Formats: sequence, structure tokens, C-alpha cells
Amino acid sequence: MKAARKSAIAVPNGTARKTPRMPSSELPLDDLKQLYHDMLLIRRFEEKSAQLYGMGLIGGFCHLYIGQEAVVVGVQAVQKKQDTVITSYRDHGHMLACGMDPGGVMAELTGRAGGYSRGKGGSMHMFSRERNFFGGHGIVGAQVPIGTGLAFGHKFKEDGGVCLVYLGDGAVNQGQVYESFNMAALWKLPAVYIIENNRYGMGTSQARAAAGELYRRGEAYGIPGRQVNGMDVLAVRDAAGEVLAGARAGKGPAIMEMMTYRYRGHSMSDPAKYRAKEEVEKMRNDHDPIEGLKARLLKMNVTEEDLKEIEGKIRVRVNAAAEFAQTSPEPDPAELWTDVLVNA
Amino acid sequence: MPEILMPALSPTMTEGKIARWLKQEGDDIRSGMALAEIETDKATMEVEAVDEGKLSQILVPAGTEGVKVNTPIAVVGDMTATVKAKSNGANGHAESNGAAQETRTEHDDAPVVVPSSRPAPPTPNGSAPAAQYVEKTCSSFVKQSVREALRDGMAEEMRADAAVFVMGEEVAEYQGAYKVTQGLLQEFGSKRVIDTPITEHGFAGLGVGAAFAGLKPVVEFMTFNFAMQAMDQIINSAAKTNYMSGGQMGCSIVFRGPNGAAARVAAQHSQCYASWYAHVPGLKVVAPYSAADAKGLIKAAIRDPNPVIFLENEIMYGQSFDVPDDRDFTIPLGKAQVMREGADVTITAFSIMVGKALEAAGLLAQEGIDAEVINLRTLRPLDVETITESVRKTNRLVSVEEGWPVAGMGSEIAALMMETAFDDLDAPVARVCAKDVPLPYAANLEKLALPQPADIVEAVKKVCYK
Repeated sequence: MKAARKSAIAVPNGTARKTPRMPSSELPLDDLKQLYHDMLLIRRFEEKSAQLYGMGLIGGFCHLYIGQEAVVVGVQAVQKKQDTVITSYRDHGHMLACGMDPGGVMAELTGRAGGYSRGKGGSMHMFSRERNFFGGHGIVGAQVPIGTGLAFGHKFKEDGGVCLVYLGDGAVNQGQVYESFNMAALWKLPAVYIIENNRYGMGTSQARAAAGELYRRGEAYGIPGRQVNGMDVLAVRDAAGEVLAGARAGKGPAIMEMMTYRYRGHSMSDPAKYRAKEEVEKMRNDHDPIEGLKARLLKMNVTEEDLKEIEGKIRVRVNAAAEFAQTSPEPDPAELWTDVLVNA
Repeated sequence: MPEILMPALSPTMTEGKIARWLKQEGDDIRSGMALAEIETDKATMEVEAVDEGKLSQILVPAGTEGVKVNTPIAVVGDMTATVKAKSNGANGHAESNGAAQETRTEHDDAPVVVPSSRPAPPTPNGSAPAAQYVEKTCSSFVKQSVREALRDGMAEEMRADAAVFVMGEEVAEYQGAYKVTQGLLQEFGSKRVIDTPITEHGFAGLGVGAAFAGLKPVVEFMTFNFAMQAMDQIINSAAKTNYMSGGQMGCSIVFRGPNGAAARVAAQHSQCYASWYAHVPGLKVVAPYSAADAKGLIKAAIRDPNPVIFLENEIMYGQSFDVPDDRDFTIPLGKAQVMREGADVTITAFSIMVGKALEAAGLLAQEGIDAEVINLRTLRPLDVETITESVRKTNRLVSVEEGWPVAGMGSEIAALMMETAFDDLDAPVARVCAKDVPLPYAANLEKLALPQPADIVEAVKKVCYK
């Protein structure tokens, strides 16, 4: 448990993960600061990504996680080393929360040899076996059966692991999600389906696309679901702690619906005209997960100076990542032909 | 007096065993009454009387094996009686997908007729010459059906590697919709032989995830027609992820099941997907012909660290061949086999069409044309070298496949020969394919739609200018 994960490059995280079963109300200050750090790292990383995209250094689709940081950081805080993680294409936050190196992630965004997929995957397709991060998948909903297969692997190998399967409020309308629910429930697989409900599947609001409550989508299969305030990292952490413990104890799959919000458009090219500016402003001003934790920390003998110090270190790391992403060379032309097949 | 004929109780049944008679000579029989139990290649079924009368004579005694379909098995007095099949309770049908194929063999009042599109196989049971079909390095052989060879190949790999498991619809308790997984549940248990719901997209994806987790799934599709439901997971997840991950995410998985036309099951259940899958980088595509092929290739496919599409053929399942009696026997993926050497023309084929090509070669020999027949075995990567070498010798090529012509394997082979053997060709490459229509149900139309030996003979003569 102690060695839950260490970042490849000097992320000073780890402390929060020493205490995964402790209720958030009793968490030591260092752990809370760690959660703050982890969320802020994602925020600053994504802002830098947007900047590089604007400079033409990142191509194609680029889906930012800004606004949703509490979800992945809260869940990963209670994750164990043997657990596996899989998500869709809004994946930068998950990778950083898994402890992947920000430089390697950003170099993949710029399509360079130093990227996690050596420049051949891009924003939506990155993986780290070392960190048990299984992608990074570009087809809406496709990660759900795959994640269910990872859970099948945990049960088959009896390694005590749980697969955290992230999906969006758009993916829940894909048929393969229910094919997966059915098998996971039948076979009592250790899978936790985490629906990140940011209210919009691209430009279509949840109300226009999805009937009923999303956390109840597993009811017919006997899969318990719960709705969680995904803008509150401590609420996420506490709920995830309970749900993961249940899955780990052999109770079978579970669903968590994280009520969250993305501040940016669906992707970089989305002007997000389908929602009112006031709606976004209200979420930013009243429900921001980072500001929320910050306010809490400031009431607990943490000073603005302390937080600025954390932020300063993050900026250094993110700038270093951006530098690496621009200086790492493009893949060698020979790389075109590698990795099509695994050599027998 | 009316005769009761041996009924065809599955789309591919050509013969069966009279397990026992439930009525004796002299018994009165009424409509719906079970007359006998018949063992088919798939199950034990009861034969029911349709009309009323007296069973005046039993022509084929209980215990007789290999009774050809349409053989008179009993004589009924008084009234006309014909038979229809009813499933035995123990093998109750799943009324969906391919399992339903078994239920559409009821014959009611119609005379039982073997579909004329199913001529006797080119190498009838028990007559395949060993040396011609398998690697020459093996010295002892056992006679096995393709079905048994596949099962044994899987079982051997499962014994050798605890990470290998089999999943699919009806693979465990039902013993396989086509009995290919017969006995695996009993040996390996339900942890490693797993019945799935009817949920192709879901279990294909689950299999990919299990492969990413380091296991080695063998995923059975009841037929490849149903794998279209799973296409996204096969192509986008299984085939592409290793590349997109810079080599981190190998996916060692076998997707297997019958491909191509069965018999009289019409268009939605009869399609050859070889060229679909062969199109995709990141996949290997295999199509065995004989039982030796089946065993050697399935073992190699399971051991391969990549996703392998393993295209079987339902009509071949019951056919027997000599198989090397050697646990280490495998056939390398990517290598074709010259089945018959010849000087005048090269015929390439795969799966069931290899038999048709051999048959055609026999007919051509009678007319003085010496054909070389290549069993492609693997369609991706294609063994271009062996094909090219043969064409350099014969200077003529006919490609045979059960799939459609447009963008088919033959199109690819023809293009490749333009690139590698243009100056060696004395005639344009010819293609023998299925007709460019959905496969019809009617027996005569089905036969017209699928490549027959006569079509191959005609194409060969054309490229030989004879």
C-alpha cells in the first residue's frame, strides 16, 4: 500500500496514498496538500497543452480535462498498486494521476520520439504498462469491454486487483457498455465503472441524449450505483474508497457516477456554443475543485505562501515537460514500420 | 411401399449413425411419434414420423454407422410416412444466432434431399493420403477429423500454458455449437472454458482486455458472420493498439470459428471474411484446409504474440485426414504449402477451396494439363515468395476463393504477381470467386454462386489458352 505509486520524474506524491482507507475528514495535512498538488498539476499541464495546441505544436484532436481534476485524483488516491486503469480519449489527467511522466505525455501530444507511444499514438492513445495504465482509447465506449477484460484478468490471476474503468456520459449509451455490465455482474468481476458525467457528450447535453439516471444504469444487472459530487475531491476519495474495497472483496462490479464539469469545449476545436457562458462561469466560480480544496487548506494552517510554493514547483515541471515536448526529436522514419506486430 | 429415408439433421450432415430404433417392425406409428435416434456430427436427434401407418420393415439395424443421408432406413405400410427431425431434449436449442441453424433442418412432408451443392468431399473420410498433406518431417500419423484436430490443438496448448483459456457462446456446457470444444470443459474446468452470453462485441472486447492483462484468450465466434458485431474491438482494439502504444500493448489472442458458406443457410450466415481481415495491419489471418493444417496452425496461432484471425470451415469439420502424431507439431504462420506439384499452371486456394482445387487438378490431369496447387494456409502475411516461385515455373496463375471477387484475396494476389512476376506471366491472372451476389438459399442457386471444380477447370483452360 505504501508504495502505491511514485512518479517517474519527481512528483512528490505518495503521501496521500499511504492512507487510502482513512476517511478524508481525518486525513493528515500532507495528504490534503498532495491532493491539491495532483489536481493543480493536471490543471497547469492542460493549460500548457492548450497553449502548445494554439502554437500548432499539437495536432489533431486534443481533449482537455480542465474542471474534472477531482474525479481522477480522488479515485487514484485510494487505488492500490496492482489495480489497473483504463479510460477513453480525455485521458491526460488519468495519466498524470497514475504517475506517468508529464514530459513523456506532452511529448506524445507533440508527436515526438520521447512520447509514451513514441509519437505514434497522440493525445488519445497513450499507455504505461509500468503504471498499469491501459489507455487512452479513441472509440467511445470501447474501453469498457476491454476494462472488463482487465478485471477478468485480475480475477483469473487472483492478484487482488481492481480495474477502474472510466467512461463518459456519452459512452453510457453504447451497447457494449451493457454487454460488459452483464458479463461483469454474471462473473462477479472486480470492475468499478466510473462515469464522468460532465453533462455534455460533445455538444449534446445529457438531458437530450440519456434517459434516466446514469448511476442506475446497472440496476437491471444488480450492479449497485451511486452518485458522487465529482467537484469535491474528498467526496470522490471517500466514495471511491468504499466502492473499491467492495470490488476488491469480491462483491462484483459497481458504478460510480461522478457529477463533474468540463470548462473547455469537447476538444480544442469546439467553441462550446451549446451552453451558456454563465453556466460555465457559475461552475468555475462556485464549484471549482481546486479552489474548493484550497479554501479548505487555508482554514487549516496552510498559508498562501505554502500553496504558491506547490504551484511554483508545478510550473517548473510543466515548463520542463513543454520544453522536452518541443526538443524531443520527431520519430525516426524507420519507426513507421515498427510495432505493427510483436515479434514472435 | 413408402420408405423412410435417412434424414439430414444439420446443414452439413452427409451421414449419421442409427443409434437405436424406438419402434419395432409391426408397430403402429402415428404422426409425431419418435421412431429412432440418430447420431449426427453435432448431436443425437430423434426422428419422428409425420404420417400414420405400420412399420413394416427396418432396413438399417440399430448401431449402423455411416448411413448416408437419403438412404432408405425403413419401410412403412398402409400409408405414406415421411420423417422429420426433432431435437433431443438434452441438446436443446438456443433459438438464436448460429445455434438456430440446427433447428432449420426440419423436413416436414418434403422428401429429404441432400443439397446438391454439397458434393462428396474431395478427400472423403479416411482416404486422405498422408504424405501429400503434411510436413514430411513427421513419421507417424493418426486419422482425425478437422474438428478433433482443432480440439486437440487447443487442449495441448492449454496443458502447456495456464494463461490459455477458451471463451465463446456454447463452448463449455453445450460442448461447442459445432462440437469443436468438446471435452474441454471436463478437462480444464469452468475457469478456463467459459460460456459467454450472446454478446459478441462485449466478449471480443473482454478478450482483448484479458490479452492486455497477459492472458492468452482463444475466443470462439459461433460463426464469423457474428463477428461483424465485434469488428470494432477486433480492428481498433486488438489490431492497432500495439502500434499506437509504441510496442507496449501486445495482444496475444486468437479469434476463431467457422467462416464462409456452410450449407443452405443463406446470405447472413454465409460469407467469407478472409479479405476483410487480411486488409488490416496488426492482424494475422489463417485459414486451414486439412486436419493437419488445423492442428498445426491453431497451435502456432495460440503461441503467436499477436491477434490471429483463425478462419475455419463448417463443412470441413467432419472430414478426416492424417495428422502427425507429435505434440510439438506446429505449422509456421505465413508459409504456404505446395500440395500438388505441376508444370503448366499454378492454382492458389485456401480453406475448403483447396479441396476443390485438388479435385480440379485431377480433372485437368485427365486432359493433359499439369496443375500445381498451393494451399495458402496463411492469408496475412501472405507467402508471396512461394506463389511467385511457382508462377515463375508455370507462368500461369488461377486464384480460387469462396469470397466475393471485388477487393478479394484474388485481387491482391493478381496485383502482387504484376509486381513480382509480370515478366513471367504468359496469361493474365484469373480469379475464381463466389458470384458477386449475397449467397442465395435455393440449392441450385447456391451451387451456382459458389466456386465449383468445373469453374476452376474452365479458368485454368482459359489461362492455358486451351
